Amino acid sequence: MNLADIINPNNLVYEKPKLLTENTMHYCPGCSHGVVHKLLAEVILDLDIQEKTIGVSPVGCAVFAYNYIEIDWQEAAHGRAPAVATGIARCNPDKVVFTYQGDGDLASIGAAEILHACNRGENIVVIFVNNGIYGMTGGQMAPTTLIGQVTATTPNGRDAGRNGYPLKITELIAQLPGTSYVTRQSVHTPASIRKCKKAISKAFQAAIDKKGTSFVEVVSTCNMNWKLSPVKANEWMVDNMFPFYQPGDLKDSTKTDPASYTPLKN
Amino acid sequence: MGELRLMKGNEVIAEAAIRCGCDGYFGYPITPQSEIMETLMDREPWNETGMVVLQAESEIASIHMVHGAAGSGKKVMTSSSSPGISLMAEGISYIAGAELPCLIVNVQRGGPGLGTIQPSQADYFQSTKGGGHGDYRLIVLAPSSVQEMNDFVETGFKLAFKYRNPAMILTDGVIGQMMEKVVLADYIPRVTDEEIDRRHGSWVTNGRKPNRGRNIITSLEMDSLKMEHNNIRLQDKYAKMEEEDVLFEEVQCEDAEYLLVAFGSSARICQKAVDQCREKGIKVGLLRPITLFPFPKKPIAALAKRVKGMLVVEMNAGQMVEDVQLAAGCNIPVKHFGRMGGIIPSPAEVVEALEQKLIGG
Repeated sequence: MNLADIINPNNLVYEKPKLLTENTMHYCPGCSHGVVHKLLAEVILDLDIQEKTIGVSPVGCAVFAYNYIEIDWQEAAHGRAPAVATGIARCNPDKVVFTYQGDGDLASIGAAEILHACNRGENIVVIFVNNGIYGMTGGQMAPTTLIGQVTATTPNGRDAGRNGYPLKITELIAQLPGTSYVTRQSVHTPASIRKCKKAISKAFQAAIDKKGTSFVEVVSTCNMNWKLSPVKANEWMVDNMFPFYQPGDLKDSTKTDPASYTPLKN
Repeated sequence: MGELRLMKGNEVIAEAAIRCGCDGYFGYPITPQSEIMETLMDREPWNETGMVVLQAESEIASIHMVHGAAGSGKKVMTSSSSPGISLMAEGISYIAGAELPCLIVNVQRGGPGLGTIQPSQADYFQSTKGGGHGDYRLIVLAPSSVQEMNDFVETGFKLAFKYRNPAMILTDGVIGQMMEKVVLADYIPRVTDEEIDRRHGSWVTNGRKPNRGRNIITSLEMDSLKMEHNNIRLQDKYAKMEEEDVLFEEVQCEDAEYLLVAFGSSARICQKAVDQCREKGIKVGLLRPITLFPFPKKPIAALAKRVKGMLVVEMNAGQMVEDVQLAAGCNIPVKHFGRMGGIIPSPAEVVEALEQKLIGG
């Protein structure tokens, strides 16, 4: 058997998703963003929506998400991606619009924008990558930083009295009648990656079916700012993040109609 | 001739938006401009033209919704009043940086801070010199009548799309709340998605097409040489505006010995002051900048060679006066008269100020 017999389309078991560009990713080795990008590229192609999908990238580590997936993109101001996505989706109801946001972007500076977009039931998909820290600016405390977690702005660990409590924004969002599918996933094992892909696919299908907002949190690592090796970071996430940010579906009403209300009495 | 109506300035903005084929309005209530969104919600244009009207959770969200929709090639707008425009400053800078067309209406009230809901022109600096961060300019149109509130909606959109730059209608509580007769524009159909692709396919983000690559809308550029190039391109655009799209009005300037310079509602007061001066035998004219950026430097420079002095009348502490002084040069006195805090000056006060600051001095 020679090399040409081995490198043969019939033997292909895995390839780089066709929608991922050739650009070298700027993410740190071990970062979860690359895996989530890959899943997005696969799902968009699987659903054959690459010509009707518009992505909105955040400010934070994923600011350059637009460099990596071969679709139209807008780059939003810090926290404002849900508003930008609202503008696109409202004026282009036949398109599929998603935001890609980190925890500082979504749960801190953009808390108002995400809550109100979800509460209006904007027909968008939200991909929320939560690693409990500000990555791009060098590891400061995020709204999702755990109590006791050491960051650049909580050098002795997050203290509830001084810094408040970690924000379970996904739990808040699941309460809103505008959301149809709210789930929390991770991408630290092959099994969790497969499960996360299914969740992202379901979220995009809900947008195609005009079911309102679908929201996929991906609990992730930031091994660089956590100051751990990629493997250790995964272990730390399982041991510390998962008990607080428990993986699983929080809400699924994709098979039912949006909430309805009785009219006011005169 | 179009339909003749008696309407409030704010209501006319809404009516003109529907009629000019606007695709979307995103806004947040604030006095004294809330009638714009109220009129739109009452008119339900989504049933008539398909125009989207959305009450956002904040001015911040409104302007970023405009960013998103404008980035898909749609003709979209927002409106607010001074404190709300301050909140929008971030988004306006991003829109200018990403080179997107849109229309922003500022029905000014007095500041600083929460200030007052009474009229003011104290946002001249904010509108013409920046407001947000970075070297950018808005196209700024200053209507002085309800009719111009109508006309400048379409003018603003035309200029915004010509330059792919945000345009602002800078008005105030006087014009916004005032009722006047107005000839409404005829309906223009909304631009179809096919036409958007044909006109703006090189930059819009409305879904990648087989005949074009993907488009990315961003104001971010980490390579400093490229970022400087982006800035130079913006500056070239602003220079082109100054060459091609300056608008102004001259009233009785032919034989004027003194010149009043005023925009918007102040210009209406000055028009009356010109009449009162001429009754007293003082030959006064009025130059009314209609575009505050690009600023009418050349007509002011030309008039500076003919008049004995200029009085700039504004409802602020003296903002446009700096641009008039720059344009006029140092050979004649250029003075300022203004009222602040929501006070509207009377024509008699303007005449008195002219006599004291220029003629008597």
